[in-house]
Amino acid sequence: MTSVAEKTTAETAPEPPATARRASAWARRAPLLPALIFMIIVTQLPFVATLVISFMDWNAYYPDERGFAGFDNFVRVFTDVNMRDAVWTTILLTAGVVLISLLLGLGIALLLDRKFRGRGAVRTMMIAPFLVVPVAAALIWKHALYNPEYGLFNGALTWVWGLFGSDHPPQPDWISNMPLWAVIFSLVWQWTPFMMLILLAGLQGRPLDVIEAARIDGANSWQIFRSMTLPHLRQYLELGALLGSIYIVQNFDAVFTITSGGLGTANLPYTIYQIFYQAHDYGRASAAAVIVVIGTIIIATFALRTVSSLFKEEAGR
Amino acid sequence: MSSSITDTAPVPATRDDAGRPVKKRKEGANVWLSLLAWVVGLLFVLPVVWMVLTSLHSEADAATNPPAVFAPLTLDGYREFFSGGASPWPPLLNSLTASVVSTIIVLLLSLPAAYALSIKPVRKWTDTLFFFLSTKMLPVVAGLLPLYLFAQYTGLLDNIWLLILFYTSMNLPIAVWMMRSFLSEVPVEMLEAAQMDGANLVKTLRSVIAPVVTPGIAATALICFIFSWNELLFARVLTATVAETAPVFLTSFVTSQGLFLAQLCAAAFVVSLPVLTAGFAAQDKLVQGLSLGSVK
Repeated sequence: MTSVAEKTTAETAPEPPATARRASAWARRAPLLPALIFMIIVTQLPFVATLVISFMDWNAYYPDERGFAGFDNFVRVFTDVNMRDAVWTTILLTAGVVLISLLLGLGIALLLDRKFRGRGAVRTMMIAPFLVVPVAAALIWKHALYNPEYGLFNGALTWVWGLFGSDHPPQPDWISNMPLWAVIFSLVWQWTPFMMLILLAGLQGRPLDVIEAARIDGANSWQIFRSMTLPHLRQYLELGALLGSIYIVQNFDAVFTITSGGLGTANLPYTIYQIFYQAHDYGRASAAAVIVVIGTIIIATFALRTVSSLFKEEAGR
Repeated sequence: MSSSITDTAPVPATRDDAGRPVKKRKEGANVWLSLLAWVVGLLFVLPVVWMVLTSLHSEADAATNPPAVFAPLTLDGYREFFSGGASPWPPLLNSLTASVVSTIIVLLLSLPAAYALSIKPVRKWTDTLFFFLSTKMLPVVAGLLPLYLFAQYTGLLDNIWLLILFYTSMNLPIAVWMMRSFLSEVPVEMLEAAQMDGANLVKTLRSVIAPVVTPGIAATALICFIFSWNELLFARVLTATVAETAPVFLTSFVTSQGLFLAQLCAAAFVVSLPVLTAGFAAQDKLVQGLSLGSVK
């Protein structure tokens, strides 16, 4: 991560120092520098600090015992069952939300890529979930939908069972029965519109004349979808999956609000938040953060390769 | 991504006529598919509608099972939210300050940077661009503790400027990517022509670049505003009573007991209203922004 920045900033003209050339290079660089320097200071310095603290014995409850701890914090993180669970939860949560919302988004984008009465209205309705503030959305799901006594889901069950004359409708406690799925569903609801919007934009960029030609040649809808639409959509699917993963891996709001990290839903951001904010164990929180960053760098290297292939068509000038 | 993508983002209702071949076959199946689209759309908007409806019910009607859909409407939930306990106005104003100020700073920093990455690119501009994106992939929680300790030592805890600083760094990479993508749309020929005519930098910026880029600036601002307004984790850790933002204020409802559902729905709706309004008003900008400008 840092190496990229160093290369760019430390870069000097490789040819013999021609003053004029150097001046023009700096003139080109000047507009970039404020943003670049700001980002390096605000994102790279804290990481260095985290790295240093991760090797320290530092708990805010015991300020006198601060000192060098060697690899103790890392050993504690690696042997901590909660951390291992958190890694697993993070993977399940991210993969579940991204895959389900991508598939739903694809289906809905295909539905909306047709001409029908009220298409604009349906599109607007579809966007609404994404525009509700995440904490507010999580609160609505927790209290107004999932609540076993007066939530809309159980209310609807009572109503439907009532239609058939039954007084004993099932009234499941959604969050206690399936905590992780409760979080996943609320996030799928928020992120499907995002996937749908990107895929719809992709569908509308299809070369329609070629598709029409294939149709005239006798290709059926499924064949057209398999061999023309899907390959065209591939880069949009990748883009949606990548951006969705970046945001959902970091999710804190839904886990914090719906389950408060209980019932096996504590993901990595929530677990680190807890070690730092509730246990005040700065050393251990930092070690966990360092491990997460290293893991992210490994995954991000592959992800960045995908993005660079996505954007390489518009090469520089 | 490439020029094959429609240059104006889909505007509902009007864009169907844009050369789309009319399909005559399978009328029956089409009706069912349209119906399905409506059902799915209604299902997705249902929780939002339910939130608004519940916010307009009395607390007793909000907590019934089966739901009292046609209960009389009242503004009690909103009255209770605005004047019941702690006032929501300071948090709302804090959120507004943090979002607007950080968005302005982001635009001021990202525009020149994007210029240096597209119109007159520095060497290794791709590396720089990917450095910006890579910071977005770092888990923010890794920077939480150092920022907290920094704030503690400098006395900036519970200060809105610390949040502004963090939101700027959170959105700057997105903005640089988006602005670069929009600036790349400026045709080289026009830049060259302007230079031939002896136009200076300011004139080129004003007459050639600005018209192409202005919609892009709007999209960038919208996205930065939404992300800052929504942010919870850092606001929760770095602020207390003074600089508390609207999402933090909402977390007081997490463990609520008793009759509070109407008030909760009113609160959720009020806090979401700025984002809902801005997002609906600029639907096409939303797509551009969320895809980092790669979908035009």
